[in-house]
Amino acid sequence: MERVIDSTPVESGGRTEPTPKGSRQRQRRLPLIGGVRLGLRGKRYLFIYGCLLLPLLFFAAVRLLPILYSFNVSFREWAILSPDKPFVGFANFASLFQDEVFLGSLRNTAVYVIVGVPGQIVAGLAVALLLQRITVLRTFFRTVYFIPYITSVVAVSWVFRWILMKNGVANGILLELGLDPQPFLYSPSQSIFWIIAAMIWQSIGFQMLVFLAGLENIPRLYYDAASIDGAGSWSRFRHVTIPLLNPVILFSVVIASIGFLQSFTQVLNMTGGGPLNSTNSIVLYIYNTAFKSFEMGRASAATVILFVIILAFTVLQLKVLDRKVEY
Amino acid sequence: MSKTVSAGDVTGNSLGAAGTKGSVKRRSAAVSAISYLLLTAGLAVMVFPFIWMIATSLKTPQEMYSLSLIPQLPAWDNYKALFTGSPFGTWIINSFIVAVIATASVCLFDTMIGYILAKFHFHGKKTIYLFILSTLMVPTEMLIIPWFLYSSKLGWVDTYWGILFPGLITAFGIFLMRQFMESVPSDLLDAARIDGMSEWGILFKIAFPLVRSAIATLCILTFLGSWNSFIWPLIITQTEGRFTIPVGMAFFSSEAKDSSNWIQIMAGATVSVLPLLLVFVVFQKQIIRGIATTGLK
Repeated sequence: MERVIDSTPVESGGRTEPTPKGSRQRQRRLPLIGGVRLGLRGKRYLFIYGCLLLPLLFFAAVRLLPILYSFNVSFREWAILSPDKPFVGFANFASLFQDEVFLGSLRNTAVYVIVGVPGQIVAGLAVALLLQRITVLRTFFRTVYFIPYITSVVAVSWVFRWILMKNGVANGILLELGLDPQPFLYSPSQSIFWIIAAMIWQSIGFQMLVFLAGLENIPRLYYDAASIDGAGSWSRFRHVTIPLLNPVILFSVVIASIGFLQSFTQVLNMTGGGPLNSTNSIVLYIYNTAFKSFEMGRASAATVILFVIILAFTVLQLKVLDRKVEY
Repeated sequence: MSKTVSAGDVTGNSLGAAGTKGSVKRRSAAVSAISYLLLTAGLAVMVFPFIWMIATSLKTPQEMYSLSLIPQLPAWDNYKALFTGSPFGTWIINSFIVAVIATASVCLFDTMIGYILAKFHFHGKKTIYLFILSTLMVPTEMLIIPWFLYSSKLGWVDTYWGILFPGLITAFGIFLMRQFMESVPSDLLDAARIDGMSEWGILFKIAFPLVRSAIATLCILTFLGSWNSFIWPLIITQTEGRFTIPVGMAFFSSEAKDSSNWIQIMAGATVSVLPLLLVFVVFQKQIIRGIATTGLK
């Protein structure tokens, strides 16, 4: 509809000033209409670009320039107080890859992703599938499972830290059951998995909602058809639910991987990266390097590495995501 | 026959349940009993941290380590001590100010841009949209260092504006609102144009009201996001008087942990979780719909 108005021939008629005399009759009528429409069109463009000007400046200043700036800083030795910031090429990157703490944070981040993403997806999908099988209290269950997702990560991290204390309630329960108390967050081999557990606990609700919506979009017909063909409930799940849910699963995987690649808040609040850097993540490393030891150059180099990893993940997953499932 | 029926118990249909009614009933009863059992077990895991948080916050130091869920006598004074002994009140107010301004700005600008991108044809529209969307790919961590360097040059460190500025317009909100604006009929907008309404009038008096439930969803999601955001406020605020509640909570807890004053920490956690729970209880529908919509698009 708009396009019709925008491209009315009247507009070009209104614009032609030296008109042939023969069309005098038409011209007397045209300036009015043409004038009004031209005005409208001009006003509309003014409105469009007027609305967009401020936001575009905002995105340029707050998103685009900082990225370029980040790349710039990553090639410099940039101590925050020193007046000159010499260009050092790839020295920051080279030194990062010789830094055992950074390499450790890369490895830990890999663990966060490799353990966390499947854990989160399976847990979310399981809850969604169970919710599909019940009728009474469904909304109630859905609500309660969702609550952790909206609560403050910092607060929840401290609650988990308290629960998993040496003499906290988790060990209290283990002792009551006659089992050995566990070191939980104090153990370099266990702590990362408890942090992952806390992260999964907090995002089950989100995954559940996404899966519930996805499951509702699968036509009942397919299940009925599969059943008539003799499919049991496992093979219905394997051959109907999973393939048709594929786009939703991949969406969830993308979101979850980006989330786990950026592990920070829980790590900082539950262990501070310890014990012995066993839970340190890339983002925590960046935070410490930039805002504790103020080595902005090295920290920026680490953000560039993180950026490349996230980009690669997203592009790879979107490629897979693009494969459409035929109904 | 029985196979058709078992499809019914999975999908919730009762298609052709005539034949083997008894066994099907038993089976579906078993399935739903197991489902309830598993869901309830999960429910306990989801709820326990909250219960333990509230329980601990109401205990006395003597019973801090006891395993009982219910404190002998709820020590409400713990909360009094929290608010008098620490700036938790200030932090809540700070969070509230920041969240309200961010929400207002996001809802205004994102809806406006969503409307422009959905309902107008103009040069460079696609480029602009792709540019805005592509900023979603950049992790915040990459931006915080430049933001901080800018802010320290411009004197924005430790100010409300400093906390606020990165979140005044969001690509996510634009994406969301564009989806909803597409559903607004163009004929309606054109009718208003023919009646002589100005473009601003159409935007605020026709387009905005038509998508008000989507705006509500965006508002709530933005408010929650702002209330919980941690890494940027952590970096940009430096004095206790400027902390938002997550930053204050982290600061307060790491200061207190050596004296093992978990009661106060749990009272603080409760205080920082409760306002959100209230928001959630009131706006549950919008929140859940918003997440489900964005998840699928």
